[in-house]
Amino acid sequence: MQVTGTVLTTRRVDAYHALTVVAPGVAERYRPGHFVSVAVGGAQTSMVTRRALTIHDVKSDYGGTVELVFTVRGPGTAWLAERRARDTLDLVGPLGRPFPLPRDPAHCVLVGSEYGSAVLFPLADALLERGCRVDFVLGGAGAERVFGAMRARRIAETTTLTTEDGSLGLRGKVTDALPSVIADTRADAVYACAPMATLRAVTAVAMEFDIPVQVAVEESMACGIGVCMTCVLPVIGDDGVTRMVRACAEGPVFRGERVRFEDVGTIPFDALGAPGGGARHVS
Amino acid sequence: MSVDMRTFLAHVELANPITTAAGCASSGRELAQFFDLHRLGALTTRSITMAPRAGRPTPRMAETPSGMLNAVGLQGPGIEAFLERELPWLAQRGIKTIVSIGGGTVAEYSELARRLADAPGVTALEVNLSCPNMEDRGRVFAREGSAAAEVIASVRSIMRYDVPVVAKLAPDVADIVSVARACVDAGADALSMINNPLGMTIDTEALRPSLAAVTGGLSGPAILPLAVRCVWQVHAALPGVPLIGVGGVMTGSDAFQLVLAGACAVGVGTALFHDPYACLRIERELEDLLRARGLQRLADAVGLAHRPPGSAPRHLLVDSEETTP
Repeated sequence: MQVTGTVLTTRRVDAYHALTVVAPGVAERYRPGHFVSVAVGGAQTSMVTRRALTIHDVKSDYGGTVELVFTVRGPGTAWLAERRARDTLDLVGPLGRPFPLPRDPAHCVLVGSEYGSAVLFPLADALLERGCRVDFVLGGAGAERVFGAMRARRIAETTTLTTEDGSLGLRGKVTDALPSVIADTRADAVYACAPMATLRAVTAVAMEFDIPVQVAVEESMACGIGVCMTCVLPVIGDDGVTRMVRACAEGPVFRGERVRFEDVGTIPFDALGAPGGGARHVS
Repeated sequence: MSVDMRTFLAHVELANPITTAAGCASSGRELAQFFDLHRLGALTTRSITMAPRAGRPTPRMAETPSGMLNAVGLQGPGIEAFLERELPWLAQRGIKTIVSIGGGTVAEYSELARRLADAPGVTALEVNLSCPNMEDRGRVFAREGSAAAEVIASVRSIMRYDVPVVAKLAPDVADIVSVARACVDAGADALSMINNPLGMTIDTEALRPSLAAVTGGLSGPAILPLAVRCVWQVHAALPGVPLIGVGGVMTGSDAFQLVLAGACAVGVGTALFHDPYACLRIERELEDLLRARGLQRLADAVGLAHRPPGSAPRHLLVDSEETTP
């Protein structure tokens, strides 16, 4: 579960960074949707929280490698971006609950925005292996922020690209293109990974078509293993009760319609244990 | 030479001094994926409350220099679910468990103690006194000796005599020794310190506080000196009281500092977020350090730094022992 991996290669993918790390234990157990957490800053680091990173690719060479994709957002990811071949990285993973896969061959639309798309490629491989049809809708603010367009074109039946500035594909957001893709491909299911607002819109579209939608959320985490309780979001359980669940342990993949996107960042008044919910029974 | 790492929390023997800090090991199962929990001296649970609690809104966490702020707000399942699912899981495996409790009134603490008094598998009870007192305009119990003592006295009177009651103290007080003394006078068998001091950061892009709850508890190596100071002062004033030193322990040498200051057990918290195996590593490193200093028993190191300057070391180094006539 915890591996000291060696960086094999580093590369830039459009506006993002990708590190290929030799991490046998992680690669072996990986299933699409899993993530890893990485310690940043080296042995004497002053950064105590780990960074949760998306796995973009898993290969069996060198006993197992994982390719991690990230964007520089602060000193931790800046440190990661400076890693070079043969540096070591402290990885914990694979973590989280993976994407559930359809039992029978189905038509699946995979929606990704920015580097959230990265997690969809191993998923696409797994779906194709099961005889599913895969169609991509990928987007970003500009052309260089659309992740993996080339690879998507190679493996998917169709790939629809959107950019907000119109520099690549259709002008707009992924959710502007999604309804027509679902209709054209007669999709049975939608998989998505993107910022929260996009996931909310993707879920709304899928619900309109009455097809299942699986979303992978990007929440900030301190530990990634379920002990710090900082990555919670309101999700409705099988019993209809809303709970604040951990994106790292119960997620990061959820059924879209179960996530209360409009309440993310709050404690909904009807959530289990919400303040003033009448549940406080002090004798 | 192997070092005798056994320690006593009041009369309860722990195989080694390393425990998880309250709220940093969730229900225990999360860490069990990584290592055998029996290798801990004890596992401290998150603070259990009467009702289930959803906690605070997100963002709940912000990284700070050599530390982090958290404002989780005691999210947890409530005593009912804890007794039904979490405690039995630990008890069946025979894992030494320090149950932490939190409440808004003395009555709530007392009720929690009542529910836990007959539950099997409670090695010790830790009373989280850093909860807002509903009957005192939301000021935390730990900030005043009398409020803390009232809770401890009530819990102590309810818990079985053979389950030690540990008071968890906050560093955000003018005089931690007076709060510690009040707790001990009220019947606390041991003290745990420190809880997170309050801190705050502001997001300079959003121009707002980084945490949804505005302020949060500061943890991590940044607070180690604060913990060492508190343990030192309390051990100096109350040398007979067992102390659990908690606060920013990342390495064996950090733990050793707390032991030398007077702690007989050491809680590991934020280090677990960084390294799930931190407890085992710290225990190993602490044992190596004790051995390197020629100390054969952990107990011999507790409070050792308090000996007056110029006094001979109580224990000669092992190497020189053999050559001494």
